[in-house]
Amino acid sequence: MNLLRLSLAYIRARALNAALNVLLLGLGVATIVVLLLFTHQFEQRLERDSKGIDLVVGAKGSPLQLILSSVYHVDIPTGNIPLADAEKLKTNPLIKATVPLALGDSYEGFRIVGTNHDYVSLYDGKTTEGRLWEKSYEAVLGSEVAAHARLKVGDKFVGSHGIVEAGEKHANSPYTIVGLLAPSGSVLDRLVLTSVESVWEIHGQGPHEKDGAEEDNRGDPSKPRHPQPQELTALLIQYASPMAAAMLPRQINSQSALQAASPAFESARLLNLVGVGVQTVQAFALILILCAGLSVFIALYNALRERSYDLAVMRSLGASRGKLLATILIEGLILASGGVVLGLALGHVLTEVLGGWLRASQRVYVTGWTVVPGELALVLTALAIGLLSALLPAVLAYRTDIAGVLARR
Amino acid sequence: MFALRQIRHAYDGQEVLRLDDWSVAQGEPWLILGPSGSGKTTLLHILAGILTPSEGSVAIAGQDLDQLPASELDRFRGRHIGIVFQRLHLISSLTVLGNLLLAQYLAGATQDLQGAHVLLASLGLADKAYSRPHALSFGQSQRAAVARAVVNKPLLILADEPTSNLDDATAVAALDVLLAQARSCNATLVIATHDRRIRERFEHQITLGAVS
Repeated sequence: MNLLRLSLAYIRARALNAALNVLLLGLGVATIVVLLLFTHQFEQRLERDSKGIDLVVGAKGSPLQLILSSVYHVDIPTGNIPLADAEKLKTNPLIKATVPLALGDSYEGFRIVGTNHDYVSLYDGKTTEGRLWEKSYEAVLGSEVAAHARLKVGDKFVGSHGIVEAGEKHANSPYTIVGLLAPSGSVLDRLVLTSVESVWEIHGQGPHEKDGAEEDNRGDPSKPRHPQPQELTALLIQYASPMAAAMLPRQINSQSALQAASPAFESARLLNLVGVGVQTVQAFALILILCAGLSVFIALYNALRERSYDLAVMRSLGASRGKLLATILIEGLILASGGVVLGLALGHVLTEVLGGWLRASQRVYVTGWTVVPGELALVLTALAIGLLSALLPAVLAYRTDIAGVLARR
Repeated sequence: MFALRQIRHAYDGQEVLRLDDWSVAQGEPWLILGPSGSGKTTLLHILAGILTPSEGSVAIAGQDLDQLPASELDRFRGRHIGIVFQRLHLISSLTVLGNLLLAQYLAGATQDLQGAHVLLASLGLADKAYSRPHALSFGQSQRAAVARAVVNKPLLILADEPTSNLDDATAVAALDVLLAQARSCNATLVIATHDRRIRERFEHQITLGAVS
């Protein structure tokens, strides 16, 4: 017999009530765990995908859209920019390096990106098989694309016009796969990479070009205009010095045809927008946890009355006041621990299940089998709430007037 | 074994107990008699160190209870005094055995599972060790409460109205159990009662009058 077993015996005696408290706390904790896991991995992903990209230059439009389309590959591009303008930027002394991007086609929902080999090194991409593209119509697949399409080196495939829903196929100009990339945990995994020239050439020979279909697509946002030869969709820029951050965006934005957007700034803005929703759910979860604390308090407080004899008897059996205080506190702590364990388990499993669905839709990669820093603070908070809700009942137990209780008729 | 001197106790300024001098030798069984409201339970609580009298001194086994700090008084009570409450107050969340082990744990004694089983068997409760108190008959509950009171081999056993509301045969049985257990650990037994049926069994008696 010890205090822990004594507290457990009391919890067992009111098992249903205890289960309710544990469940309530567990649901609150689980909700917050899901939020923590999602936001943390989402932020990590945003950070990973924009690493090494200081500035993106593209056509005028929404800066957020420019970043989403050319860094994260989730939105449609804002338009195209003349190659000449891009070439001019390369000579700017404030710029250390540039990577060209030509977008517009897709393969089974995965975007085909016309770029150069620097884009692969930006994400430390390595080929597991074959090599990177050299000639036109040679393509390299990201790991998720390869896994999804079950294609291997030497296979041919045909890209479709448009990047959201598959449009007409460029049947005349199939790509040949020359290499597969290793998983990098970045946006690279979901892309088909080829040369900028391939994108230009396909456009030059595309079926829609002959009958002028290109012009018809102008009004359809899901089928942006292909980059014409001598055009790029966007240019990724690395600064040469911190000074560039202050001068370059203004320089570029003052030009009529170009727009410069910073991934760091735009993703912060995006997180801010998402953050409002996250905070709302978080507040809701916190209310759940506080309710659980209140429920533990009420349960222990009510139990005190029926337990006053037990407490007095325990004192008469030699228990000090401190031990009575401890049994009640331990009880609160056991309930809180139960809720925390349930919440953590539920939160992680739920995140894995939700993450599985999202992975299937190829949008976001979220797994439940990871631990994020915020969880420790959450665990401590939940335990503190459990302890706090047991505090008043425990103090009342501490102050039990044993003779008074035992003399009661 | 214990000595009380000049005990006065008052609740809210009203005196409920007055006892000038009472000394008892180790192993003597005593009866505290008196009508309801004469302060029998109060006197038992004072003897148990649960209640500190308004005036007077209590010495048990040579130890002046006034001199003990609160937590040591709790420990002293757990070690040396066993109490059988009128309403027994077995802890219902624990088994009978759990109640005994709790008494050993709270007294700071080593928990002797074997000894607890032997004690329960000697009281005819061998098969009730793992029962909850609410599954016991009143007689069984009372013997379980006695077992809990004597499990630490106390020097002093206090029992509050152990035979009231019992029929003659059961009352005799309950008394026999108490006397036998007190004898087996050579403890001083003090019973507070208004039950006249058991008076002739006791050589030593003290009668409290109604204090006005």
